This record gives sequence, C-alpha cells and structure tokens, in this order.
Amino acid sequence: MRKEKKVILDIRNFSVSFEQYEKGFQKTGLPVIRSLDVKVHEGEMVAVVGSSGSGKSLLAHGILGILPYNATMGGELWYDGELLTPGRQKELRGNEIVLVPQSVAFLDPLMKIGPQIRKGKKDKRSREKLNGIFRGYHLKEEVQGLYPFELSGGMNRRVLVSTALMGNPRLVIADEPTPGLHMEMVRRVMSHFRELADQGAGVLLITHDLEQALEVADRVVVFYAGTTVEDAAAADFRSEETLRHPYTRALWRALPQNGFQCIEGVQPYVKDLPKGCPFGPRCEFCTEACQEEIPWSRVQGGNVRCVLAEQHPKIEHLEFSMERRYGA
Amino acid sequence: MKEYVVFIGKHTVRMLLLLFFVSAVAFTLVSISPIDPLQANVGQAALGSMSQEQIAKLKDYWGVGQPPVERFLHWAGDFFRGDMGVSLLYRQPVAKVIGVRLSNSLWLMAIAWILSGLAGFVLGILSGLREGSFLDRIIKGYSLLIASTPAFWLALVLLMIFAVWLKVLPIGLSVPIGVETEGVTFADRIQHAILPAVTLSITGIANITLHTREKMIEIMESDYVLFAKARGESTWDIVKNHALRNVLLPAITLQFASISEIFGGSVLVEQTFSYPGLGQAAVTAGLGSDVPLLLGITVISAAFVFGGNLIANVLYGIIDPRIRRGGAKV
Repeated sequence: MRKEKKVILDIRNFSVSFEQYEKGFQKTGLPVIRSLDVKVHEGEMVAVVGSSGSGKSLLAHGILGILPYNATMGGELWYDGELLTPGRQKELRGNEIVLVPQSVAFLDPLMKIGPQIRKGKKDKRSREKLNGIFRGYHLKEEVQGLYPFELSGGMNRRVLVSTALMGNPRLVIADEPTPGLHMEMVRRVMSHFRELADQGAGVLLITHDLEQALEVADRVVVFYAGTTVEDAAAADFRSEETLRHPYTRALWRALPQNGFQCIEGVQPYVKDLPKGCPFGPRCEFCTEACQEEIPWSRVQGGNVRCVLAEQHPKIEHLEFSMERRYGA
Repeated sequence: MKEYVVFIGKHTVRMLLLLFFVSAVAFTLVSISPIDPLQANVGQAALGSMSQEQIAKLKDYWGVGQPPVERFLHWAGDFFRGDMGVSLLYRQPVAKVIGVRLSNSLWLMAIAWILSGLAGFVLGILSGLREGSFLDRIIKGYSLLIASTPAFWLALVLLMIFAVWLKVLPIGLSVPIGVETEGVTFADRIQHAILPAVTLSITGIANITLHTREKMIEIMESDYVLFAKARGESTWDIVKNHALRNVLLPAITLQFASISEIFGGSVLVEQTFSYPGLGQAAVTAGLGSDVPLLLGITVISAAFVFGGNLIANVLYGIIDPRIRRGGAKV
C-alpha cells in the first residue's frame, strides 16, 4: 500500500562541507556530511538516526536552505518530483516544508507565543487558524499571551508542534524533538508527529535515539560519520539477521533488550575519515574492497552502503565472537 | 508596593554611599595634588610683593595649612545641610555657579546624548544585520577610527574646518562676543552649541554603534532567528519581530550608561571650544584648587551618572518580561 504513495522528499548523495581557514590563510573544506540518501513518502514517518555530533541537524538546515554562509551543499534535493532550488526553498519553508525545533530556546524570548506563532500577523484568518490549532492540542487561549519562559514543560512541545501547523505542511522535519524527556512524554510528542503523518504529511524525524525511532517511524535511516549506511524498514529491526550493515547490527546489539553490547572505538572525526567505508576501521568484516567508493545499493527491500551486502546471507551466519571484538 | 519601597530605599542608601566615597576620593586627590593654590591663583610675582599678614590671610582663604580631614568633614557637614559652600574662584555660591554652568552644558549634552544614541542604534543594527558586507565594513571602520580619535583633536579639526576655513560657525563660547545678555538670541545660542554638540555626538556614536553591532550579530546567530528563517520569515520580518525587541534591552542600558561618557567627553570638548559649561568649570576648579566648586561638580556629576544607571535598571524591569512577569528581582 505504501508503494503507491508519492515520494515527497528525495535526497540523493547530499553533502555539506564547511570552509575553514587553517594556519593563516589556507582554506580547507570540512566535509561534515559526505553522502546522505533519504527518501520520504507522503504519510510516511522516516527517522534519520545518528549519534550526536554527526551533523544531522545540517540535513534539516540544508533542506530548508538556511545553512550558514560558509557551508557548501552538494548532491540533489528533490521535493514533490521537482528539484528543490534555493528559490523554491524560500517559497516553501514555513509553509509546505516546516521545521519543529528541539526546544523553546528556538523561540524569541521577548515575543509572546500567539504573535510569535502567527509570525506577527494580526489578521482574522491567522488568529482563527491559531485558535483552532490550539484547541486541537488542548492549549488554552491564554497561552497565546504568555512568553516562552512562562510555558510549562508539557505546553512547550505542543506549542512547538503548533508552529508547524500554521502553514500547510506536506513535509515536517522534526530535529531532535524530545531531548531529555522521559518516555511517557516522548510517546506523547511522537504521537503528535505520527498524527501529522497519518494526515498525509511526510515526516522526517532526526534523532539519536534508535529505540524511540523504532517505536514510531515506518523506516529508519542509519547515519554514521557523515554517511547514510542503511535504510531499513522499522520491522527489519526485529532481528539482527534482517539488517544489512555491520554498523546497524552493532547498533541493534547495543539496544538494552538485545544485550547492551558495545563495540570498540568511536565515530571518526570528519577530518580523519578513512577511505571508503567510514565504519571500516571498526568493522570486523573489513576488506580491501571497503576502501573503495561504496555504492548505495538496494538489498532486500532496503538500501545499504556496504560491499558485503551482496553476500548478505554469508554475514548472517557468521558468528560474532566477543573475544575477537574485545581482544579477550 | 512593599517591593518598591525596598527598591527605592536600597538605591537611596547606595547613592548616598557612592556620593560620599566619590567626594572623599576627589577631595583626597585635590589635597595631594602638587598645585599650590596661592601660586596658582595669585602668582609668584604678586606673592613676592605682599606682606606676611596678607599672605596669611590668603592662606586662610584657600585653606592652606588646615588638616585635610577636618576640611573635608567641615565641607561634608555643610553639604549635608544643603550648603554647597562658596566658590573660591568665582566668589559666588557653588550652587549658583553649577546652576548656570549646568544649564549651558545640559542641553549640549542632551543633544549629543540623543543624537549619538539614535544614530548609534541605527548604524549598529544596519551593520550587524549583514556582518561582513560592504556597509558593515564602512560603518565598523568609521566607528573604530572615531573610537580611537581623541575628542579634543576631533574638536580642533571641526573648529578648523567650520570656524576657521569656512567661517560658518563661531569659534567658541556660548554667546557672541560683545553683545549684552539681553541682546543674545536663541539662534545665537544654537549656533554656538552646534560644534561642541556635534563633536560630542560623533565620539559618542562610535561606542554605541560598536556595541549595538556586536549584540545584533549575536542575535542574528541565535537559535530563534534561525528558526524564524526556517519558518519563512523575511529579513525585514526578522528585524521587525525579533531583532529590534532583543537589541532594545541592551541598547537602553548602553544609552543610560553612556551618560557618564558624555559627561567625561564634555570636559574636553567644552575646554576646546571655551564653552562655559560644567566641564570647563570642572577644569578651572581643578587647576585652581577651588575645592568647594570641584567637589560640588563631582557630586552632581556622580549623581547624574548614578541616576542614569538607576533609570536603566528600572526600565529594564518594565520592559523585559522575564523580569516583569518572571518575578526575577531587579
């Protein structure tokens, strides 16, 4: 059924690099995102999962066209079947493409909630629209007269999601929408996004929390050191065998219910990335072929960036030995 | 209501303490200054031709030989009773001298204060809005240049251009020379105040521009402006909705804090333009060891600066909702 749905966002080989001055006047590029591939369909919730500091937020800023001036974007962004040019981004952001930020720190501390969500507009239509949205989220009208610092934790999230509904969202980007919240709260916030997806919008959830993502998202895209390594259905995470990339499998094993195992090493800093697969140095199956450019290939209904993916069944039967990983 | 009483009480005590210490320090500085009031005001030659009795009388008049602490306490006691004493140089009550001088200076400073505040605010916003742009570089360059230019030098340059070469403005003083008080028109006064006011404004602008610019850059890089951009707000929307209200708070503090700088600047500028204001009187009093006048001016200036900061504090509480509604104490 999902296959008939239209692709709303298609990101192909997307990259972001920052210009930096090193040792005086030598310019160098800092490739924070190397190659990122994500597809979001209408009515679908896709989670991009990556550890903190892997440059996930830049994806959101890239789609909206609000990257800092010293950042350069590469690759292709397709929105609703057409290339997403800077002109279209300007036209669509805040209306069809909306961002839901992390916290109220993204609200102007000196502007009341109501006028702020209405972007300063005072006409009757905007007022009525906001009143309607607030009723839908069980927010009292008085909340509109409050300043961001006066909101309670529970109101916070609903107010932030409300900002998204002032337009006519077809693509909702949620950037770490639940930092430091307890599970009950997380579920409630996530249900708001799920609702938006069920109403037909595509939702791109950017998060570092795999568990949370698996609970609500339809698909999970795993992001490692600036590269998307796997795109899998949430259902694929039910067992290790249905996953395609060694890093995804490592993430799976790190989940509490799957043994809480962690692997050695840390995600490499963008400046000292290895050639080829960024996970290579930490991967137990790493071969010479992993140091080449690795294509984004379709394997069993998902996508993966791994040379071993074709020999997928083989990996499946390899025994993971703790001794090898930890050196006894 | 109780909060206001406490607030006012607290600041009154603070002000009294401040005034006491400022006058004490000023007095100490005058007492240890190497200037001999007799030599400075009467002159070596005149002193040489005087009898010992005359010199003793003069010494008594200028307070030479009296213990400094006793002199200070004497002055402080009178001041507390509302008597600021008599100026030794002008031979008039200090209150009267300050009154005349202040009325000359006050509107000079007021013009400079308002002009530099407004211009600095606008320039700072324009500059910070597009950091690194051509306009920003021009404004920043100008501000840095002016900020490192001494006020008296700038005054001399303006004097040379407008009074000496172009001859469109008077060279100094606050009224035309050789005209009776009744004959002085309002236009005359304005004409005489233009150059000093402009000099004061120009030097004041730089500081306010640079501070506003810095704050503006900070705001433009803030998360809430990023989010406003993400929501499709145009640059003008962002300025109107977010930048102005956020930059206004620090600007108010800056504006009231700049009173002290305008006061300080007026001393140099008035001296250069021979403008008979408070600043010039302060210089005369300092060089002539006119202790009552100097202390009077010091106390009045300190009260002004303190008042400015106090107003900024109060306004902050009224304007910033986090203080007004959040219950945070001023």
